[in-house]
Amino acid sequence: MSAIVRGERRRILEVVIRADEEMRYESFRQGDPSTMKREEITENLLKSGLWPFIRQRPYNIIANPQDTPKAIFISCFDTSPLAPDYDFSLKGEEESFRNGINALLKLTDGKIHLGVNGDYPVTDVFGNLDNVQYSFFRGPHPAGNVGIQIHHIDPVNKGDLVWTVNPQDVIMIGRLFEKGTYNASRVVALTGSEIKTPRYYKTMNGASIEPLIRDNLISRNLRFVSGNVLTGKRIQKNGFIGYYDSQVTVIPEGDHFEFIGWALPGLKKYSMSRTFLAWMMPNREFRLDTNLNGGRRAFVMSGQYEKVLPMDIYPVQLLKAILVEDIDLMENLGIYEVAEEDMALCEYVCTSKTEVQTILRQGFELMIKELG
Amino acid sequence: MKALRRYIDKIKPNFLKGGKFQKLHSTFEAFETFLFVPNTVTKTGSHIRDSVDMKRTMALVVMALVPALLFGMWNIGYHYSLSVGAKSTILSNFWYGFLRVIPLIAVSYIVGLGIEFIFAQIRGHEVNEGFLVSGILIPMVVPVDVPLWMVAVATAFAVIIGKEVFGGTGMNILNPALTARAFLFFAYPGWMSGDTVWISKLTRGEGIVDGFSGATPLAEAAAGNIDNIPDPWDMFLGTIPGSIGETSTIAILIGAVILIFTGIGSWKIITSVFAGGLAMGFILNLFAVNPFMEVPAWQHLIMGGFAFGAVFMATDPVTATQTEKGKWIYGFLIGVLAILIRVLNPAYPEGVMLAILLMNVFAPLIDHYVVNANIKRRLRRTKLSAQQ
Repeated sequence: MSAIVRGERRRILEVVIRADEEMRYESFRQGDPSTMKREEITENLLKSGLWPFIRQRPYNIIANPQDTPKAIFISCFDTSPLAPDYDFSLKGEEESFRNGINALLKLTDGKIHLGVNGDYPVTDVFGNLDNVQYSFFRGPHPAGNVGIQIHHIDPVNKGDLVWTVNPQDVIMIGRLFEKGTYNASRVVALTGSEIKTPRYYKTMNGASIEPLIRDNLISRNLRFVSGNVLTGKRIQKNGFIGYYDSQVTVIPEGDHFEFIGWALPGLKKYSMSRTFLAWMMPNREFRLDTNLNGGRRAFVMSGQYEKVLPMDIYPVQLLKAILVEDIDLMENLGIYEVAEEDMALCEYVCTSKTEVQTILRQGFELMIKELG
Repeated sequence: MKALRRYIDKIKPNFLKGGKFQKLHSTFEAFETFLFVPNTVTKTGSHIRDSVDMKRTMALVVMALVPALLFGMWNIGYHYSLSVGAKSTILSNFWYGFLRVIPLIAVSYIVGLGIEFIFAQIRGHEVNEGFLVSGILIPMVVPVDVPLWMVAVATAFAVIIGKEVFGGTGMNILNPALTARAFLFFAYPGWMSGDTVWISKLTRGEGIVDGFSGATPLAEAAAGNIDNIPDPWDMFLGTIPGSIGETSTIAILIGAVILIFTGIGSWKIITSVFAGGLAMGFILNLFAVNPFMEVPAWQHLIMGGFAFGAVFMATDPVTATQTEKGKWIYGFLIGVLAILIRVLNPAYPEGVMLAILLMNVFAPLIDHYVVNANIKRRLRRTKLSAQQ
């Protein structure tokens, strides 16, 4: 261990570990998960450190091994900006994926739901499984978000519990049972407008991004994000890929002033509204930066969030319920069904620049504190 | 621009906490962000943000109002020339109207923004852009001859009582511009209705051509002089007496196209207001017992302030319903009530203002029921899954 990075209130943000020259694996229990007991699988996942890959809804937090979820959901495609294509990055992992699914099947009394992209044929990795339920989704982001898929297949009601796992993490779970090792290798997509050659890298979970971006950057003053630009975590230039992430995005920082920017025609300004002339540019390509593009305001516009949230939920009303800490109302308006990522686009489109994801997390924390 | 930026950066510390002019922080900030989109960046969460902000939104609403405003300026000159029998050109008419309207706009902005700045300072908020729109709406919904001091008083009333006491833009219940108009209407009715206020200087009655009438089509209709209602085409174009910005349906429709196309104005509200007005017009036609009730339903849409109210007032996102379903109900009821008041209530020559203000009050109730339906759906679902 070489460093512990702490943030606000001395919260631990990162534990930096220097790797040995040689890769050696600790051995865990090996075997066909379909012949193992639930307790054995849970124990193996906990011991090996793979358990946190399993997350629960509501609240999008790490699952409790003592719980039994009503179902497990896995979204097999990612629709977020510049997201890696799992069909490509997970190619050849059929066996591990199958084993991972078999292990997860033991953890639930219900089904495992795979959400797959309805626009393409299902690839070998995700196809050909007879013990899962397939659901097909079409459309732009957030169609690939597991929360949206849960909402349309089997919504989370009060008292319900479902678990979610990312497909690349299912593969890591599968490998554990195949080889008995914590094999952290994964394919990571290096993306963003400031990368000279965007590409996939075969690296390790939690690896430093330094070797990936060396001599590969177009400009200076950049924002490095582990994950995608909507939900990812801000990291340093010499930072590390997050536990759940298989994407690194690099975009320009937007810490510049723009003279009467709000009044200009805006040929290069991307907006969901057609308030800038950019909508009429053919083959438009944009270089989005991190500027807030305006000041914070009270909620003024209506109907914006609903356009980017394909759920039967009133997002603004839910956020207001959180802000006034009305637990009953939060429950009634569907706080159990959403995660930050599901409403990340609301944050993106907001004219009032509301911190939607931060407010949601506050709501989750309040719910956990009050209701456990 | 770099020099300007450098200058602002140089004087900025004076306005920050501990600086000489820290009391003027909000004011400074309003001017700074007016000149420059600030350099604030996202911290976490969504690292990118849409380019649109409140300033852009409000600026576009003002842009959408420009056709109606320009037409209104010309229309004032045109009617003035008619009333005194003078020869005129398009340009001279426009120039005359321009000179008459600019003071109204100036008064409304100076009074309104002045109060907004003071409140922002007291609360330590940023100055909100909402009044950029209200400030231009107020002069557009009053008759040209209304005295400036009345506009000042009404604007102050609207901003303080209509908006700031509730917490400023985003918190108000009533549309501020309509609050100002309602204030004028009830406090100084003599300046807000009648046959003379709509034409510049007609209230003074000097040098008027014999036989010239400054009555609006609605006044004629209410008086039963159906024959005096102008040609529908004139009403659609807007060459009729009326409040400064309300007369030209076509100019308002251009604004509507801008609002709907940019996604700022709700097309649901606009279309449902028109639908409601049309529906009520038809009902009145069916049971017509007087000439006003016989006025074809579609003509109601191009008379008075109906189109202006539908496009620019009912769509105010803060005071309208927030839910998409609610918007249909809200708009439709505005249309129905506007025509109902207009035709059947003898005390009020026009019903749009009161209809919108009334529905402003009811908007939260409509939303409440729409949101409650969602809550009930969720509870039912929970019950069903518990039974399984």
